[in-house]
Amino acid sequence: MELLLFGITREIVGGSTLTVAPEEPLQTVGQLKAWLAQKYPAMQKLSSLAVAVDSEYADDDQPLRSGQEVALIPPVSGG
Amino acid sequence: MLVKLVTDVDLNEAYSYLQHPGAGGIDLFVGTVRNHAQGKEVVKLVFEAYAPMALKEMQKLAQAAQQQWPIEKLVMLHAVGEKLVGEPVVIIGVASAHRDVAFTACRFLIDELKKTVPIWKKEYYQDNSVWVNAHP
Repeated sequence: MELLLFGITREIVGGSTLTVAPEEPLQTVGQLKAWLAQKYPAMQKLSSLAVAVDSEYADDDQPLRSGQEVALIPPVSGG
Repeated sequence: MLVKLVTDVDLNEAYSYLQHPGAGGIDLFVGTVRNHAQGKEVVKLVFEAYAPMALKEMQKLAQAAQQQWPIEKLVMLHAVGEKLVGEPVVIIGVASAHRDVAFTACRFLIDELKKTVPIWKKEYYQDNSVWVNAHP
């Protein structure tokens, strides 16, 4: 799975995408968030971290499947 | 509705689009780059968007406003890239038969845009820079 990264998450990871190895047991959005928090402790310090699946905000129990576009959405600050 | 992410927001484009014979009021909100934040001098802002999702979320807000109020025309333009002090970065516009709706819908659209649309701004000061809202 390849994650799209924006804003501060792009800087934390050091690139605009993050490839997650297929052997990582990430079946839901919630599991992905927990995995990220462990791998990148700086993400735990953010005010919030949402995940978008196919460009829609996703709940933690939403399943992840191959072929989806998955993006990390740190706290937004448009306007 | 006219919903776009652009390099430079254009007030004339927004105002032209909002013309409607049934409109008795046109409300335009223009968000601009302020020269200070948290007691520090701001040099510039840089905006970044997750474009397909940002457009989708802006369209959802526009549709929600159109369902809630009798709106003749609606505009949401947001800039991406580097913006200097004084430059416009977002334009929200609503044309309606009466001013109450135009004011209310305009306020709803800018307030909700700030909460849900995946656009991020980085504030640059003289000595450092921060992603706005990133940390508590």
